[in-house]
Amino acid sequence: MTALDFRFLNWDVITSFVTKGFIYSVQLTLVAMVGGVILGTLLALMRLSGKKWLEMPAAFYVNTLRSIPLVMVILWFFLLIPLLTGLRMGAEVSAIITFTVFEAAYYSEIMRAGIQSVPRGQVYAGYAVGMNYRQTMQLIVLPQAFRNMLPVLLTQTIILFQDTSLVYAIGAYDLLKGFEVAGKNFNRPVETYLVAAAVYFVICFSLSMLVRRLQKKIQIIR
Amino acid sequence: MSWDWQVFCKDTVSGEVVAGCMAGGRDVTYLQWMISAWGWTLSVALLALLVALVLGSLVGILRTVPNKALAFFGEAWTELFRNIPLLVQIFLWYHVIPGIFLSLRSVPSFVLVVFALGFFTSARVSEQVKAGILALPRGQRYAGLAMGLTLPQTYRYVLLPMAFRIVIPPLTSESMNIIKNSAVAFAVSVAELTMFAMQAQEETSRGVEVYLAVTALYFISAFAINRVALVIEKKVQIPGTFGAGR
Repeated sequence: MTALDFRFLNWDVITSFVTKGFIYSVQLTLVAMVGGVILGTLLALMRLSGKKWLEMPAAFYVNTLRSIPLVMVILWFFLLIPLLTGLRMGAEVSAIITFTVFEAAYYSEIMRAGIQSVPRGQVYAGYAVGMNYRQTMQLIVLPQAFRNMLPVLLTQTIILFQDTSLVYAIGAYDLLKGFEVAGKNFNRPVETYLVAAAVYFVICFSLSMLVRRLQKKIQIIR
Repeated sequence: MSWDWQVFCKDTVSGEVVAGCMAGGRDVTYLQWMISAWGWTLSVALLALLVALVLGSLVGILRTVPNKALAFFGEAWTELFRNIPLLVQIFLWYHVIPGIFLSLRSVPSFVLVVFALGFFTSARVSEQVKAGILALPRGQRYAGLAMGLTLPQTYRYVLLPMAFRIVIPPLTSESMNIIKNSAVAFAVSVAELTMFAMQAQEETSRGVEVYLAVTALYFISAFAINRVALVIEKKVQIPGTFGAGR
């Protein structure tokens, strides 16, 4: 066994290598969550619209993305965006677009279940008081669907935060990369990977505890 | 943009198109390389699935036993392997464990990835197995114990036969996930499909063709697992119980 030595990981090292990556990981998670939920809600509404020409493309989008490994999706976008648009794009921006598009597929399934969990009577009640489709959805169905689905939605976001580490495939500078670079500089990869794992664990575990408490609260409301 | 599917018939060393797409001797074509990469993907995924099912069932069962210490161990296991990203777990197995226990230096990365993916997925499997056991009416457990069966016997003859049948559908989707998650093995240079895709793209610059073929193989693999699971589900079904006759 070799001895571990964590002393090199002082505040200076953290701020100069890790902070930048951490900020990017959080940024990526938040943008992909907000974008993914908006796009995902639209996809869910398309799939529940009852119109074939709206349902089919949405179902195709969701099912395709859900059956490809995320790493491959990241590689696809990194290859295709410059090829199709002619724009030169860094790994960081490419990853933000990829994750938004990719997570939308997963959020849309969650939103679909959420919308279906709202009793049909609520929709009829909306129409009965003279609201149109948009008003019924926006004012009656979606707020309840969001509340019912909030714990699952947040759990998916925790998974999303873990998945951001996969931007490794295209070399974007995220939290994991920050630790890796620090480890390479000080030739202490064993310690840095351990600390990286601990940081991810603390973040994800505390968030999932919060989600669990929220879930209990929502169950009471129901 | 034009297609060039000839890329798969090229020799990986000389870059020349080989007739019949299969090079003889010591060289291989990109097609042959891709098929071997597919083999690596399937081997990693299936072996990891085996590890995950065995460990996950065990941990899932532990989480439902009356013994507080064992149940806590099960919970801790699940939280530990569920809250660290898979890529980081793979790095832990690949860099950290051989770095601490020097005698493990010679273990090939393929084996380490199988364990990493297996342990990671075991947390998810344990979640499903626990849910399956808890989905049974509590009376089943008490009936078993009241008849004089020991706790292990109650699990073996009363609870698990039903619980495992209940969890086949969620375990099917975990098995399909494991095919997708095996892609992360590229990070420690296991010669699987994603690794092939990245290297072949770089060498040939025919990224679209290469990625399309690789994506198709992932589709086929996941679909095959789905079919096999459906057959198993039908085979073990008990008439008149949950899920029968669908």
